[in-house]
Amino acid sequence: MALLKNDDIVADGWTRAGDDEAIGDGILPIVSLSRWQRDREELIGRNTGIGIVLKSDEPPELIADDIGRFGVICLDFPKFTDGRGYSHARLLRSRYGFTGEIRAVGNVLRDQALFMRRCGIDGFEIADDSPVESWRRAFRELSVRYQPAEDREPPDIAEPRMRPYLKETAIGSRLH
Amino acid sequence: MYRYDEFDHTLVRERVDQFRDQVARRVAGDLSEDEFRPLRLANGLYLQLHAYMLRVAIPYGTLSGRQMRKLADIARRYDRGYGHFTTRQNIQFNWPSLTDVPDILAELATVEMHAIQTSGNVIRNTTADPYAGVAQDELEDPRIYAELIRRWSTFHPEFSFLPRKFKIAVTGAADDRAATTFHDIGLRLHRNAAGERGFEVLVGGGQGRTPVIAKTVRGFLPKRDLLSYLEAILRVYNLLGRRDNIYKARIKILVDSTGVETFAGLVEREFDEIRDGALVLPPEEIERIRACFAPPAYDLLPGDDAEFLTARRADRAFDYWCQTNVRPHRQPGYAIADISLKPPGGIPGDATAGQMDLLADLAERFSFDELRITYKQNVVLPHVRQADLQEIWRDLDAAGLATANADLATDIIACPGLDYCNLANARSIPVAQKIGTRLTESGRLNDIGRLRLNISGCINACGHHHAADIGILGVDRKGEEFYQITLGGSPETDAAIGEVIGPSFSYADIDGAVERILDTYLSLRRDGEAFGDTWRRIGSRPFKEALYGAA
Repeated sequence: MALLKNDDIVADGWTRAGDDEAIGDGILPIVSLSRWQRDREELIGRNTGIGIVLKSDEPPELIADDIGRFGVICLDFPKFTDGRGYSHARLLRSRYGFTGEIRAVGNVLRDQALFMRRCGIDGFEIADDSPVESWRRAFRELSVRYQPAEDREPPDIAEPRMRPYLKETAIGSRLH
Repeated sequence: MYRYDEFDHTLVRERVDQFRDQVARRVAGDLSEDEFRPLRLANGLYLQLHAYMLRVAIPYGTLSGRQMRKLADIARRYDRGYGHFTTRQNIQFNWPSLTDVPDILAELATVEMHAIQTSGNVIRNTTADPYAGVAQDELEDPRIYAELIRRWSTFHPEFSFLPRKFKIAVTGAADDRAATTFHDIGLRLHRNAAGERGFEVLVGGGQGRTPVIAKTVRGFLPKRDLLSYLEAILRVYNLLGRRDNIYKARIKILVDSTGVETFAGLVEREFDEIRDGALVLPPEEIERIRACFAPPAYDLLPGDDAEFLTARRADRAFDYWCQTNVRPHRQPGYAIADISLKPPGGIPGDATAGQMDLLADLAERFSFDELRITYKQNVVLPHVRQADLQEIWRDLDAAGLATANADLATDIIACPGLDYCNLANARSIPVAQKIGTRLTESGRLNDIGRLRLNISGCINACGHHHAADIGILGVDRKGEEFYQITLGGSPETDAAIGEVIGPSFSYADIDGAVERILDTYLSLRRDGEAFGDTWRRIGSRPFKEALYGAA
């Protein structure tokens, strides 16, 4: 799998660690919620960055007290039609103030990418042979925003085209 | 009427390009049918029994002459010369080819129309009282809020993969003409004890295989909070609605399983978090939208038109049509005209391209360029002078559109059924045709009076059979079409779900069974008593005896 961030494929510094897999030195692990709950102290004691993956039925409130400890939170989309991750992403950004990477993993398709990005997802685990140009286009297919969300616009879109009355109040942040 | 601003224009234009690209990738094989399905559905494109079907949105059922004329043009050029108006106040074209659809959407965009969110597990076209802005019993025009909801819900990034489809209806009048209790969310504008206007919020209504009447989760919601509250409801549903079973995925099942108090508590908790956020509706924005729905420049008339009254006395057929199809208007000297798309023997909701052109002409000449589509699958001219009604009626009559049966027993809501739909168990259209013809020939329509008779071709209940005085449901019995009858349902202020009366009838016997139900009603009703009142008073027994003999 490849990692798409912003508009480009980037090197992934994180490694998925199975629930009973030893985590070597210097590894930045992404663990499941159950491993996090089981090995929390040990994982904190490693003193490295930690990532977590939440299944679509594991809401962010389960990690609410630890949000600041994670460098990346992966949201699993078991099927692209399972839309819970969109709400989870928005809650992570707006309610729990998570500022790290939110990564969509699982059945992640380019035709859902714009919605995901608008909900605050900024990392996309995509197939190695997926045409990046097509994903870049996907982020730009609709330039108009009818409602506030957790928008982070691509750098070439100067201003999100938000309805005027929403523009004043919406929290729109720039993507870098 | 609402006109697109630059945001709307940009969005619809970009949407056409986006869909054109999706179709191209599907045709090239880059998208599998599984991946393409939700994309085409989010754009109103179904794969039916024989062909693709394209459903075009008519927000809150309001459209201009120019828009209606474009629908006629599309029916002629891309379909077989007709269209089908639906219970969501939309129109369906039954025979477009996949590769033409992007061009059809581009044509629609030129008249400020689209097919966005007319299907799929998203927030669908928001419906409203078809008499919005003209009814005498109205507190406020519900389209103002339906339009605000249209914007908020259009391509909502969080709610584009809901557990199941989601329907919202708004009414601002005392009489519920929008069937709000049969929607996932029903909104009723009213005044609270302090005299402020706001919404009663009902949640969890619906038809389908599990009919439910919506329950009130909020007695009074201030207008400023409308969108925040809707967002809270949708978020709770998106997170907690069932995704393991398509038949248990609607919000009504969630409300039922948690209990309405618990559900309301979850919504209120979410609402508390976001109530002062970016979705607060400033009063200026509400007023800005209100101006889009300002009343047209009516002539100031003293009251009922004398020549109109004379014409009615002189022409019995015209007078009868006025009795059945013309409603009082809030403006003196004006009227609301219901145009029935239910001629005896016709297909409920169908209109030919020629008829659509005529409707466009009549709207432009006589109704301030405005038409409405009703969930009963009819068309309304909302602002006509009484003095013009006879001319309108003559033109309608010449085009086969002057059927005098609005809200009578032959004003049948029917789904497309097995003639088109790949979900159906039985045909609906021929049953509607048969019953319509038989009741018309019986000469008793006027005597029967106001009566709702609806037909669905399967338990998905697109024909609203649960919400009818007489509901007919097509079922499959060992490969043969049978029809189950429910009695006593109502979509109006006295909302009720019909009760199954007994074993189903064959295709050959169904119209006779309806006739026996009507005989029973006519013989047992008290003076002026509506079907629902008789039903509630005498119960099911006399009807069972008439249909199945004494027990």
